[in-house]
Amino acid sequence: MTADDRIALTFRGVTKSFRTRRQAVMAIKDLNVEIRLGKITGLIGPDGAGKTTLMRLATGLLRCDSGTVTVLGFDAARQALQIQGRVGYMPQRFGLYEDLTVQENLDLYADLQGVPVQARKTRYNELIHMTGMARFTKRLAGKLSGGMKQKLGLACTLVHPPRLLLLDEPTVGVDPVSRRELWEIVDRFVREEGTTVLLSTAYLDEAERCDRVLMLDQGELIGQGPPEQFCEPMTGRTFQIRSADEKNRDVLERLSGRPDVVDAVIQGDAVRLVLADGTPLSIDRLLPGENRAALIPVPPRFEDGFIDTLRQRRHDQAGTPLPSALQEDRRIQAESSGTAISVRNVQRAFGDFYAVKNVSFDVGRGEIFGLLGANGAGKTTLFRMLCGLLPASDGKLQVAGIDVRRTAAAARARIGYMSQKFSLYGSLSVANNLKFFSSAYGLTGRRRQHRIRWATEQFDLQPVLDDGSGELPLGYKQRLALACALMHEPEILFLDEPTSGVDPLARREFWHRINGLASTGVTVLVTTHFMEEAEYCDRMAIMMAGEVLALGTPPEIKQLARSNEHPQPSMEEAFIHLIESKDEEA
Amino acid sequence: MFRLLALIHKEFLALLKDPKSRFVIVGPPIIQLLVFGYAATFDVTDVPLAVYNQSSGEASRDLVSRFEGSRNFRRVATITHDDQIAPMVDGRVALVVLHIGSTFSQDLHRKGRAKVQVILDGRDSNTALVTLGYARKIVGDFNVKWATDHGLGAAPAHLEARSWFNPNQQSRWFFVPGIVGLLTLVVTMLVTALSVAREREQGTFDQLLVTPYRPWEILVGKATPGFMIGIFEATVIITAAVFWFRVPLVGSLLTLYVGVVLFVFAAIGVGLMISSLAVTQQQALLGAFLFLVPAIILSGFSTPIANMPPAVQAITYANPLRYFLIVLRGVFLEGAPIRLLWHQLWPMAAIAAITLTSAAWLFRRRMS
Amino acid sequence: MTGKRGRRLMRMRGLVRKEFLQVLRDPSALAIAFVLPVVLLLLFGYGVSLDAERVPIALVVEKPTPDTNSFCGELEQSIYFEPIFLHGMAAAQQALMEGQVDAILHLRADFSDRLRRPGGASIQLIVNGIDANTSRIVNGYVDGVYAKWLEHRAMQLGQPLAEPVIVEHRIWFNANVRSRNYLVPGVVALIMTLIGSLLTALLMAREWERGTMEALMVTPVSMLEVLLGKILPYFVLGMGGLALSVVMAVWLFAVPLRGSIWVLLLGSSLFLLTALGMGLFISTVTRVQFVAAQVAIIATFLPAFILSGFIFDIGSMPRPIQWITQIIPARYYVALLKTTFLAGDVWSVVVPNCAALAVMAMVFLGITRLLARKRLD
Repeated sequence: MTADDRIALTFRGVTKSFRTRRQAVMAIKDLNVEIRLGKITGLIGPDGAGKTTLMRLATGLLRCDSGTVTVLGFDAARQALQIQGRVGYMPQRFGLYEDLTVQENLDLYADLQGVPVQARKTRYNELIHMTGMARFTKRLAGKLSGGMKQKLGLACTLVHPPRLLLLDEPTVGVDPVSRRELWEIVDRFVREEGTTVLLSTAYLDEAERCDRVLMLDQGELIGQGPPEQFCEPMTGRTFQIRSADEKNRDVLERLSGRPDVVDAVIQGDAVRLVLADGTPLSIDRLLPGENRAALIPVPPRFEDGFIDTLRQRRHDQAGTPLPSALQEDRRIQAESSGTAISVRNVQRAFGDFYAVKNVSFDVGRGEIFGLLGANGAGKTTLFRMLCGLLPASDGKLQVAGIDVRRTAAAARARIGYMSQKFSLYGSLSVANNLKFFSSAYGLTGRRRQHRIRWATEQFDLQPVLDDGSGELPLGYKQRLALACALMHEPEILFLDEPTSGVDPLARREFWHRINGLASTGVTVLVTTHFMEEAEYCDRMAIMMAGEVLALGTPPEIKQLARSNEHPQPSMEEAFIHLIESKDEEA
Repeated sequence: MFRLLALIHKEFLALLKDPKSRFVIVGPPIIQLLVFGYAATFDVTDVPLAVYNQSSGEASRDLVSRFEGSRNFRRVATITHDDQIAPMVDGRVALVVLHIGSTFSQDLHRKGRAKVQVILDGRDSNTALVTLGYARKIVGDFNVKWATDHGLGAAPAHLEARSWFNPNQQSRWFFVPGIVGLLTLVVTMLVTALSVAREREQGTFDQLLVTPYRPWEILVGKATPGFMIGIFEATVIITAAVFWFRVPLVGSLLTLYVGVVLFVFAAIGVGLMISSLAVTQQQALLGAFLFLVPAIILSGFSTPIANMPPAVQAITYANPLRYFLIVLRGVFLEGAPIRLLWHQLWPMAAIAAITLTSAAWLFRRRMS
Repeated sequence: MTGKRGRRLMRMRGLVRKEFLQVLRDPSALAIAFVLPVVLLLLFGYGVSLDAERVPIALVVEKPTPDTNSFCGELEQSIYFEPIFLHGMAAAQQALMEGQVDAILHLRADFSDRLRRPGGASIQLIVNGIDANTSRIVNGYVDGVYAKWLEHRAMQLGQPLAEPVIVEHRIWFNANVRSRNYLVPGVVALIMTLIGSLLTALLMAREWERGTMEALMVTPVSMLEVLLGKILPYFVLGMGGLALSVVMAVWLFAVPLRGSIWVLLLGSSLFLLTALGMGLFISTVTRVQFVAAQVAIIATFLPAFILSGFIFDIGSMPRPIQWITQIIPARYYVALLKTTFLAGDVWSVVVPNCAALAVMAMVFLGITRLLARKRLD
C-alpha cells in the first residue's frame, strides 16, 4: 500500500508515445495525477486527448515509456495481474460476446473474476434488477439495443465488486434514458460499495456529476479539481440573450465569430453566451440594431470553463466565421415556404415486428428537424426509408416533392446524406473522396472543379488533401463527410448522429455550418443523442417503439414535461419524462 | 457515362490502395504460382531402390546395373537377407525392392525363362504404379537385348508408343496451364466477393446507395475491377507459363482469350453472388473458400474428371473451371482451334449468364 | 492454495464453455469445423481418384485379320480399356483432339504380313500426353496388354517366349493400388489443419477485432489461461474431426487401419497441437480476421495440401522445394498417417515423425506463449 491510503491511482511523470507509419505521436506527456479512493473522477478532453491511453496505462494493458503508474498500491508495469484482479474495466467498444446470451456473458465474467458460485445468485439478481434486464437474460447480447449492451457491459465488469472501476466513454451513442440509468448504477456502487470510479466522457454535463474532473488535451493535463472549480472563473461572464424579433439561430450566427464572445450556444428559448474576460456588458455592442433583446446573467456551468480553457489553449475564436456563400450558386429561397419532406402513415415491418408504426409529419423548407428517441426507437429505420435505403411497407413518403417509394433514384439526386460513422472510403485520399462524390452526383467539368475547390476551402481541407481519409482525426472525417454530402448542393440534408464521438469544439463548429446551411434554405433532418443539440432544431419528433411520441418546437416539447417538480425542464428532462410516462402507460 | 467511370475509378483506388486487398491480389497468386509450378507434379524421379541380388550370374548383374543406370532410380541399399526386406519398405527407406532370386541365371540359361520380383511400397499408389512402369520398361529393354544376343529372335511385334502434345510426359506441362485457371478464379472471386462486404463493413455502402447511382451501375462498378484484374492476372500467369516454365503455347492467343473472358465473367458472377449475400468480409471470405475448395478439387486440375464416379462427374458440369481447364490445356498444348472448344465455351457463357443474373437479382433484393 | 487452484479451474471452465458456445452459434465456425471436413472426406473418398479405369481408346485396324483380332480381343478383355473401333487415323485423331479418346492404337494394313517377317510388325500407340500422369498410366496398361498378347501367342504357336525375364510385382500395403487408400488418410491432415489453424486463427483474431480481448485481459486471467482456453476446445474439436475421419475412412471408404489407434492418437495430438500453435501464432501476430484467414490459408492449408506429400510425392519435387517441406508440419503427419493406416506401427517411421511434430508443437506454442502478452503495445 502507498503511504497515502486514500489514493487509488497515481501517475508520476508518465509519458507514452505511439509509433505510426509516419511519425511518433505523443499520446501522454509527462502526466502527474492522483485519483482518490471512493470518488468519481471524470476524464474530459477533446478527441485525441489521450483519455483511452490513460485508461489502458492504468489497467496495465500499455506500458509507459517513462514514469510510474501505481494502481491500488501495485505497480502497473510489474504487477499488472494483481491490478487486473482488482479493477473493473469497460473499454470503449465494450467486449461483449455478441453470440452469447446475457446470462452467459455474466457467467463468463463471474468465472473469470472468480466469483464463488454461492454468491452469484444474489449478485446476478441485483445486477439484472438494476439494469432492467430481467426479461432479456436469454437473449443474445448482439441482439440488444445499444443502451442495453452498454448496461450489460457495465454489469459484467461489476459481477465481482471491483475496488476501482475504469469506464472508457461508457455513454457514447447511448440515449438519455439509458445514460441516466448507467449513471444511477455507477452512483449506487460508489455509495454502497465504496467503489472508486474513473470515467471518460464526451458529455460535458456528465462532468458535473463527478467529484473531480481531470481535463486532458493533446496528452497534457490542463486542469484538475472539482467541477465547480472550472465554473468559478466564469462567474459574471455568462448570459442569456432573448430576442423577440430574431430567431435564436440568427442571433447565434451574428454573435459567433466575434472575438469577445468565447462561446455561444442555443439553450432552450434563448442563446447562451460566454463572454471573454473584461468584455463590457452592452446589448448594443453585441447585437447592434437589436432593440427588443434582453441580456440576462446566468450561473456558469462546467462546459463554459472547459470551452474557455480549450479556446485559450488554441488561441481560437468562437467558431471560424463562415463565408456567407455556403450555398453559393443557388441560394434557395429561405422565404419560399413549402414542404420539403412529407411523411404520411408510414410503416415498416420486419416480419411480425413493426419497427416504424404509422408515423406522419411534415418538414418545411429550410427547417432543421430533429428526430430523437431511445436506442431502438425506430429513428434509424425511418431515416433509412427517407433516404431510399429501405422501402416502406406502407404509407406515403415524399422528399423534395418526389415519391421515394416510386422513384428513389430521382429523389437521391436532391438529397445529401451523412451517415453515423462518417463513412468515407478510408483507403482513398481526401482529394479522391471529393472527386468521387462530385462525380457520383453527376458533376462534370468546370462545375465539378469549382465545387471541389469550394469544399476544400470551406472545410479547410487543404492541409490534409493528400492524406488517406481513414487516418484523419475524427473532426476532419466529419468535415470531409459533410463536404461530400454537400457536393451537389442538395436541397435536403440527412444527418444521422452527425456529432457522435466528436469533441465539443468540433461539435460547435459543425452546428455553426448547419445553421448557415439552413439559413440559405437547405432543409436539414438530423438524429442525435445530444439533447442540447436538439435545441438547434426548429422542430422535432420524439420517437419510441416505432411511434411518434411528441412533435413540436423545442419549447412545445418541454412544455409537455412541465410539472411542479420541474417548472423549467431541460430538453433532457423532458425527453426522459416523455419516455417514462409512456412506459408507465404500457 | 462519366459517373460510371468515376465509380469504376473509385473501385480501383479502393482496391489498390488498401494494403489488405492489394495483398489478396499479389500475395496468394505469386506463392501459389511458385508452389504449384514447382511442387505439383506426378512425375516420379529418383525412386529409392534397394537391390536384393541372390544370383551371381552376369545376367543378374546386367539387370541390376540397368536399374542403377536409370535416371528414375537411385540405389539406396543392398539387401542380403530376406529379413531385411520388410524393414526397408516399412520404414520408407526404399520405395522399391528389386529381388533377383538365386536361380535367376540358371533359369534364364537353362529354361530360357526367369522371374524377377519387384516389391513396391503401395502407400502412395500413384508413385507405385509409375515406378512399376519404369521397372517393366527396364526389364523389357533387357529382354530385347537378351533375345537378340542369344539368337532367340525378336518379338514378332513391338509397341511403338508416342505421346502427343507432351512428348516427355512432363507433369509441369499439365499443371502450369491449369494454374492460369486456378489463380484467375481465386483472385477474381476474392476481389468481387469481398468488394460489397468491405463497403458494408465500413458503412460506405449506404453512402453509395444514396447517390443517384442505379443498382446496375453499382454492380458494373463492382464487376469491372474484378474483370480487369482477372484478365491481368491471367495474362501474367500465361506469360510466366510460357517464358518461365517453358510450357509451349501452340494454339492461338485469340482462342485462349475468348476462354479467359468467358471464364472471368463466370467467376465474377459467382463472386458477386457471394458478395450480395455476405454481410461481413469474413463471411465473404469463408463463402469464397467454401466454393473454391470443391471447385478446384472437382475441376480436373490435379485428378482427371474421367476417374470420378458418374454422380460426381455430373456435378462438375456446373463448375466453370472444368471447362476452362480444357480450353487452357487444349490451346496451350494441342493448339485446339476454337470450333473444337465450342463445347467448353458455351457452358461457361451460360454459367456466366446465370450467375450474373442471379447476382443482379440478389443485389437488387438486398438493396431494397 | 486450493482457493487459488479452484479459481483457476473456474476461469478455465468459463473460457472453454464460452468457446464451445461460440463455435456452436457461429455458422461460419460450424462450416469450417463440421461441413468442410465432411465435404473434403466425401470428395477425396468418393470423388477424386487417380486410378484410370475404362479408358476410352481408339482402335484403328486398317485390315482385320485373325492376328489383329487376337490383339483386339486381348485389349477388350482388359478392365482398363473401353476400345472404340474407328476407321482411319483421321477420325481417330479427331476423336483424340476432341477428348473423346485418350489414346489411339493403330494396326497398319501390313500388320499380319510383317508379323511373320524378321523385324516384326509394329503396333503404334499414340497417347494424349497432356495429362502426363494419366498418359503414363495408359502407357503402362497397354504395355501389360501387349505382354499378355505376346505370351498367349507364343503359347498358342508353341514358340519360345520373346520375354525371357518376367516381372513379378507385389505392391505392399495397397495391393489393388487404390488411390483412395492413400488420399483419405491424407485428408485427415487437411481437416486437422482447418480446425487447428484456420478456425483458431479466425476466432482468436475476432476477439482482438471486437475488443473482447481487451475486456478479457483486464480480468485476473493469465495469458496462459487465455491460450489454454482456446487450445482445449479446439483440441477437442480437432479430435472429433479425427474420429469422424477415421470412422468414415474405415467403414465408408474401406481404407484399412493396420496400425494401432494409440499411435494414431499420439501422432494426431502432436500435429493438432502444432496446428493450434500455428493458428494462435498467426492470430497473435495479425490480430485481424481478414488477414489471419488469408495467412492461415497460405501458410497452413495450402502447404498441407501440396507440400505435405498428401497428393504429390515429395521425393519427386525439386530439391529446394524438398527442403521447404522439411518445415511443413503436415509433411510429418501425412507420412505418419499413411503408414499407420496402410502399413501398421512401423516404429522407424512413427518415432522420427512424432519427434519432429513434438518439436514443432513446442516451437509454435512456445513462440505464441512468448508473444502473447497481456499488453496492447
